Amino acid sequence: MNKTHDAGELQAICRQIRRDIITMITAAKSGHPGGSLSAVEIVATLFFDVMKHDPANPKWADRDRFILSKGHACPVLYSAFAELGYTPKDQLNTLRKLGSIYQGHPDVRFIPALEASTGSLGQGLSLGIGMAIAAKLNGSPSRTFVVLGDGEVQEGQIWEAAMLAPFHKVDNLVCIVDYNKIQLDGFVKDILDLSPLAEKWRAFGWHAIELDGHSIPALQSAFAEAAEVKDKPTVLIANTIKGKGVSFMENNPKYHGVAPTEKEMELALQEIG
Amino acid sequence: MAAKTKYELKAGMATREAFGKALVELGGKNKDVVVCDADLSKSTYTAGFAKEFPGRFIECGIAEMNMVGIGSGLASGGKIPFVSSFSCFVINKGFEQLRVTAAFPNVNLKVVGTHSGISIGEDGPSQMSIEDLGLACSLPGFTVLCPADEVSMAALIHASAAHFGPVYIRAGRAKVPVIYPAGQEFVIGKGIELVEGTDATIIATGLLVAEAIRAAESLEADGISARVIDLHTVKPLDREIIARAAAETRAIVVCEEHLLDAGLGVRVAQVVSETRPCVMEFVGIRNTYAESASPDELLDKYGLRAKDVAQAVRRAIARK
Repeated sequence: MNKTHDAGELQAICRQIRRDIITMITAAKSGHPGGSLSAVEIVATLFFDVMKHDPANPKWADRDRFILSKGHACPVLYSAFAELGYTPKDQLNTLRKLGSIYQGHPDVRFIPALEASTGSLGQGLSLGIGMAIAAKLNGSPSRTFVVLGDGEVQEGQIWEAAMLAPFHKVDNLVCIVDYNKIQLDGFVKDILDLSPLAEKWRAFGWHAIELDGHSIPALQSAFAEAAEVKDKPTVLIANTIKGKGVSFMENNPKYHGVAPTEKEMELALQEIG
Repeated sequence: MAAKTKYELKAGMATREAFGKALVELGGKNKDVVVCDADLSKSTYTAGFAKEFPGRFIECGIAEMNMVGIGSGLASGGKIPFVSSFSCFVINKGFEQLRVTAAFPNVNLKVVGTHSGISIGEDGPSQMSIEDLGLACSLPGFTVLCPADEVSMAALIHASAAHFGPVYIRAGRAKVPVIYPAGQEFVIGKGIELVEGTDATIIATGLLVAEAIRAAESLEADGISARVIDLHTVKPLDREIIARAAAETRAIVVCEEHLLDAGLGVRVAQVVSETRPCVMEFVGIRNTYAESASPDELLDKYGLRAKDVAQAVRRAIARK
């Protein structure tokens, strides 16, 4: 699939990714649909528009780096990879099965085009800082993008990393918080509230942009703004809806980590269109 | 270099200082070498690298989890990062990061822990690392090194940079004798027989290698012929040198400045039991944390001296 700047085309890609997410998690009978669906526009806008990368040359030295720190949302990444031609599309439904390259959480041993093995929350931002500093030392224009879950921001290591990146002026780094307001045990505000989230990042020295994480033009505009910010990293506080695109999953904590039934899959695919 | 003659142990520097010097030399040769520290660069001796190559030194502050993650990210970006702190902090606090971002994806990260063991002395148990070898060895794919002197430390730092994959290198705070001549060759995974012997074998690592040599000398005076082997590589083990010692001497004493529950001893015992089972004794720390005192007082109290090694050899021979 070709890269595009056209919001309509990107929306069509998002519909395909949502269909893949629902189908592959249903086939696997386990997985995390809610947080995969909330990150669709973020991942699609990055991979199909913003980021410089080449599926024909996955290890191109100057490629932009992407880390899905909230590794449990890997179906969204696997679908994008398959649509882009990094990995086989016809194997998506082997997710989580013995021998599949589509492991339960991202695993570079099975998909070398991934930049990191993730799944243990809290670690992706530190990795991203390392990759971004390496790019600067290498004189490379490469930029690094890290997607965090909102619940993940409760991890202490995130704040160690948040403190360091502005101090070291890591301005080729963009962090995106998929702020869908739900974590495994319930609503974030009831588990361990993060608000005021943008203010916290600003206090740590980040350029923070709050936006609708399902609006492709808003994401395009925020990534363009981030590219212009010098001497500090940028964080996008992407307000999203967990389970976005499937009415019975939206804002429903149940679908953090429960696979749809066959019947639910049919309903979901009808809704997504 | 095995010899029956008296081994000459000369005064030397701490392995942490040798690490710092080797790092500067390595940094001059290889511009991909990057160093991270967590506010202990004056103690770990990475300050020398920081002064010489400020653009390639990343001060991470007191945040070891983040430092290990940044190190793994640097490695993924093509660098050869050395991340350093006291062993107890970088291994214990950074363990989950070592597991998920270094071991699991087999990243080219080098971790140097200084102030290892109880010989850090007066600072006491919260700063003493006595679990690090066990923790590092538990990580699939990790190479774990424990050099005994300044010569082996310098050589193994260079060897680590040339080796692709995660490596943990253990260094100490206290000055230790020089054991090896300049130019001695070290190969990761290959032990070195320092003293020939036929009645028993002392296998030691790190600080205990010098004690093992002294023990062999005292035993020789009593007519006991003890072989001494330096296992500077705790993982992967040199199975061949262990199996040969088991077959030829039928008694093995393993010595380490580490908890016996999870260090070199249990690893060697596994190889012995899989090859040529024989009598074994262990010198190390037994299921306890130590306390504040001078390094010498602690090594005496916790039984990590040449006399303790020699006693263990006598026990082993008596059990043959």
